[in-house]
Amino acid sequence: MTVKQISVFLENKPGRLAEFTDVLSEHNIDMRALSLAEAADFGIVRIIVNDVYNASTVLKDAGYIFSITKVLAVEIPDEPGSLSRTVRILGDNGVNLEYMYAFTTRKKGLAYMILRVEDNQKAIEVLTASGIRPICQDELAEL
Amino acid sequence: MEKYYQPEIECASREQIRAWQSERLKKQVQNVWDNVPMYRERMKESGVEPGDIQSVDDLHKLPFITKDDLRDNYPFGLMARPKSECVRIQSTSGTTGRRVVAFYTQHDLDLWEECCARALVAAGATKEDVCQVSYGYGLFTGGPGLNGGSHKVGCLTLPMSSGNTDRQIQFMTDLGTTIICCTPSYAAYLAESIIERGVRDQVHLKAGIFGAEAWTEEMRHDIEEKLGLKAYDIYGLTEISGPGVSFECSEQTGMHVNEDHFIPEVINPITGEVLPDGEKGELVFTSITKEAFPLMRYRTRDICILSREKCSCGRTHVKMTKPLGRSDDMLIVKGVNVFPSQIETVLMNKGYPANYQIIVDRVNNSDTIEVQVEMTAEMFSDSLSAVSSKEKELVDALKAMLGIYAKVKLVNPKAIQRSEGKAVRVIDKRNLYQQ
Repeated sequence: MTVKQISVFLENKPGRLAEFTDVLSEHNIDMRALSLAEAADFGIVRIIVNDVYNASTVLKDAGYIFSITKVLAVEIPDEPGSLSRTVRILGDNGVNLEYMYAFTTRKKGLAYMILRVEDNQKAIEVLTASGIRPICQDELAEL
Repeated sequence: MEKYYQPEIECASREQIRAWQSERLKKQVQNVWDNVPMYRERMKESGVEPGDIQSVDDLHKLPFITKDDLRDNYPFGLMARPKSECVRIQSTSGTTGRRVVAFYTQHDLDLWEECCARALVAAGATKEDVCQVSYGYGLFTGGPGLNGGSHKVGCLTLPMSSGNTDRQIQFMTDLGTTIICCTPSYAAYLAESIIERGVRDQVHLKAGIFGAEAWTEEMRHDIEEKLGLKAYDIYGLTEISGPGVSFECSEQTGMHVNEDHFIPEVINPITGEVLPDGEKGELVFTSITKEAFPLMRYRTRDICILSREKCSCGRTHVKMTKPLGRSDDMLIVKGVNVFPSQIETVLMNKGYPANYQIIVDRVNNSDTIEVQVEMTAEMFSDSLSAVSSKEKELVDALKAMLGIYAKVKLVNPKAIQRSEGKAVRVIDKRNLYQQ
C-alpha cells in the first residue's frame, strides 16, 4: 500500500535542476509528482514516477546520488477540508508527518497526497480505518 | 632619524655578529648535546660531535629538525632545562593532537621581548607612545610578545587582545593610541570600522606592527592610507620564540633577522643544501641563545630569500623577504595553521570520500575556508533534516580539529575535478604570496 519516491541530491548551483530535468526528459521519464526541499547549499528533489526501476537506472548512469523511500499516496476528494481531515487523522493517532506534497491527475474531483511519515504501517491502518485509502505502485501507474 | 633599541647590537659590524654567532653556537651545541637526548642521537647518527662545530661555518654539519620532531617529543622531550627553571609555556595556534609547545626561562622571555622592542623602536616607538596590542593573548605568542616589547620600550601599553572592535576603537580614540599591533587583516577591518563610525579624525596612529599572516603590498598601502600610519611587517614563530624573530625597518624592503639570537639559513627544501644569499629557498633557524627550548636547524617550511645588502636604516643584520610561500601545504587561515591532512582525517573518520577541495578566500578582510565534499549514497537520504544534521556534524568535527569554523559544502559526485597527477586540494583565492 505504499509507493516508491526517488529523492535526488542536487547541488545548489544555477542550472543543476535544468540538467536533472533534461536527463529525465531525454529518457522519456514521466513524473507524476515533484517536490523540492532546499537547504543553504543543496537541495533534495523528490519525484514520483511510474517506472521506478527505469528512472533509477537512468539516474544512476547519469551519476546522481539518490535514495528510494517508501511513502504513502492517498486519494482524497479535491475539495476544501479534505486535506485537513486527512492530516488530523494522522495527528490524532500520533503519526508524525515529516513532509508532504500534492498532485492531481486527469481524474476529475480527486487529488492525491504524498505523505512521508515515520511509521507507514500505522499510518495505513489509521487512514484505512477512516475510509482514506493509500494506493499502491500499480494503481499509481494507471492514473 | 632612525632609532634603535640596542644600536650596539643592531648596527654591529658583520665581523662582530659572526663572532657572536660562532661563540654562541658552540655553546648551544654543547648544551643540547649534554641536555637533550634527541639532539645527541641525531648528531651521532650524522657523525657530528660538539667539537666539530667551531664556528658558524660548521652549522651546515648539524642535522635538521622539523615540526614532526617537535610533535614526537611533545611535551617535554626537547627541553634543555629542568621544568623548575622555566617560567612560561606558549603554544602554536594549532589543533588537538598536533600542538607544539615551547618553553621559556626568564632569560628566554627577556630576549624575546627585546626582539619585539627592537621591532617597536624600528617603527618609531618611544616611551611617549601609547601602544595598543590587539593580537590575541594567551597561548598565542602575538599578544604576550608585543606586550613585553612595549614594556621594554616604555610605551604606555594597552593589552587589548583581539576582538570587540567597538571597545578597540573607543580606547584608541579616548586614550590616544599611537601604535597598534595586530594582524594585517584585523588592521584593515579596524580601518574600515573607524571610517564607518566617522571617528577617523580622532585617531592618532603613527605606526602599526602587523604580522602573523601573509599580506600584500596593496594591503599595506590601503591600511597606511586609511589609518594615516606607517605599516611595518614582523615575523616570527612560536617554535623559535614568537614575533620579533625578524622585523621591518623604515626602508620596508624586508625584515632584519635578529641574528645575534637566531641564525637564519636558506636551503633547497628537497636536497637540504644551503643556498647562497639572494636565492629562494626554505628558511631554517637555529636559536643560539635560548635556554629552555633551543632549536637547532629548525625547518620553518617558509620560503624566502635572504639579503645582506647594506640597508639605509643602518642595521647590519641580514634581511629576509616576506614568506613567498610554503614548502609544505600548510595554510594560515585567520592566523591559525591549517593542514589539508587534518581536514582529510576528519572526512575519513566521518565516512566521506577522500575527494575534497579546500577553498580559502578573504571576504571583507576576513579569511574564510570552505570544504567541498562530494555527496555519497551512504550520507544521503530523502530527509533534509537528516542530511543537514550530517553536514552540521562534519562542521563541528572540523571545528574541533582546526579550531576555526570551516564551511562545509556538499557537492555532486564527480563535481570535484580529478587530476591525473597530484590532486588540487587547495584553492587559495587570497593571492597572498607575491612571487
